[in-house]
Amino acid sequence: MDNISVLIVDDSSVMRKIVERSLRQAGIEIGEVFEAGNGLEALAVLNERKVNLVLCDINMPAMDGLEFVKQLPRVENAKGVPVVMITTEGSEGHVVQALSAGARGYIRKPFTADQVKEHILPVLAGSL
Amino acid sequence: MSISRTENDAANRREYWAPLLELSAQEVFALMLGERLDTAPEPAPVHSLDVTSMVGLAGSLCGLLTLRCSSKSAALMATKMLGADGAGAKVQMEDAVGEVCNMVAGNFKNKISGIGDGCKLSVPTVITGSNYCLCTLANDYTLEINLLFHGNPIVISLQLN
Repeated sequence: MDNISVLIVDDSSVMRKIVERSLRQAGIEIGEVFEAGNGLEALAVLNERKVNLVLCDINMPAMDGLEFVKQLPRVENAKGVPVVMITTEGSEGHVVQALSAGARGYIRKPFTADQVKEHILPVLAGSL
Repeated sequence: MSISRTENDAANRREYWAPLLELSAQEVFALMLGERLDTAPEPAPVHSLDVTSMVGLAGSLCGLLTLRCSSKSAALMATKMLGADGAGAKVQMEDAVGEVCNMVAGNFKNKISGIGDGCKLSVPTVITGSNYCLCTLANDYTLEINLLFHGNPIVISLQLN
């Protein structure tokens, strides 16, 4: 799993940096990192770029994370790309909604680098 | 931190919400900032708190969660969250405080059994300055906790209908 490219979708730029740092702390070797502030921006990135992994918040303006995941099958570059939600919405219902929409994993904020590793590595192992 | 069914039952009683809210904030600071929060011995002077972050709650919990602190504390939060990228922390302090408030609100509602699914959070709003009056129609129940972050006050309030 060398130098995977990642798209981090969160309306907080500080949180995007934390997610990127957590991936590095988890020992995941990251190449290019793309950022988007909401689902619409993320779709625009994926129309132009192919990535290995998408990490996505749920509560965002313009287009939330669940709607973004539902839209992904229409994006050629996104086919087969795993999406893991990283969100404060931690209830069982939200997890089920996200997984039903097509997400492969779910991490609750606040999180540790170990939790990121625990959730991301199996997802990457299944997709790369 | 997970809580048992018995603890869950207790957690649904509002008299237990103050320690749950404090625990929610402490977890966010410990995990995302690598910092501890202490309980403040007395309420903070309001004029010293010039950054206010708000997250709305709708559904089974309806109201507003606010986090108030000084600009200095807000910048320090951003620095701790950004780690080695601490440069630019002052520019991003509103973003950092908004996200901290959002995580405290989410962590708190997730600790109350049966609330999580039925309660939605808004994206955070941040106000800077202290010369304002915040009026919410959600005033049936108010909970306020006073904490210290590096010796500086942080006040977290929950106002519900």
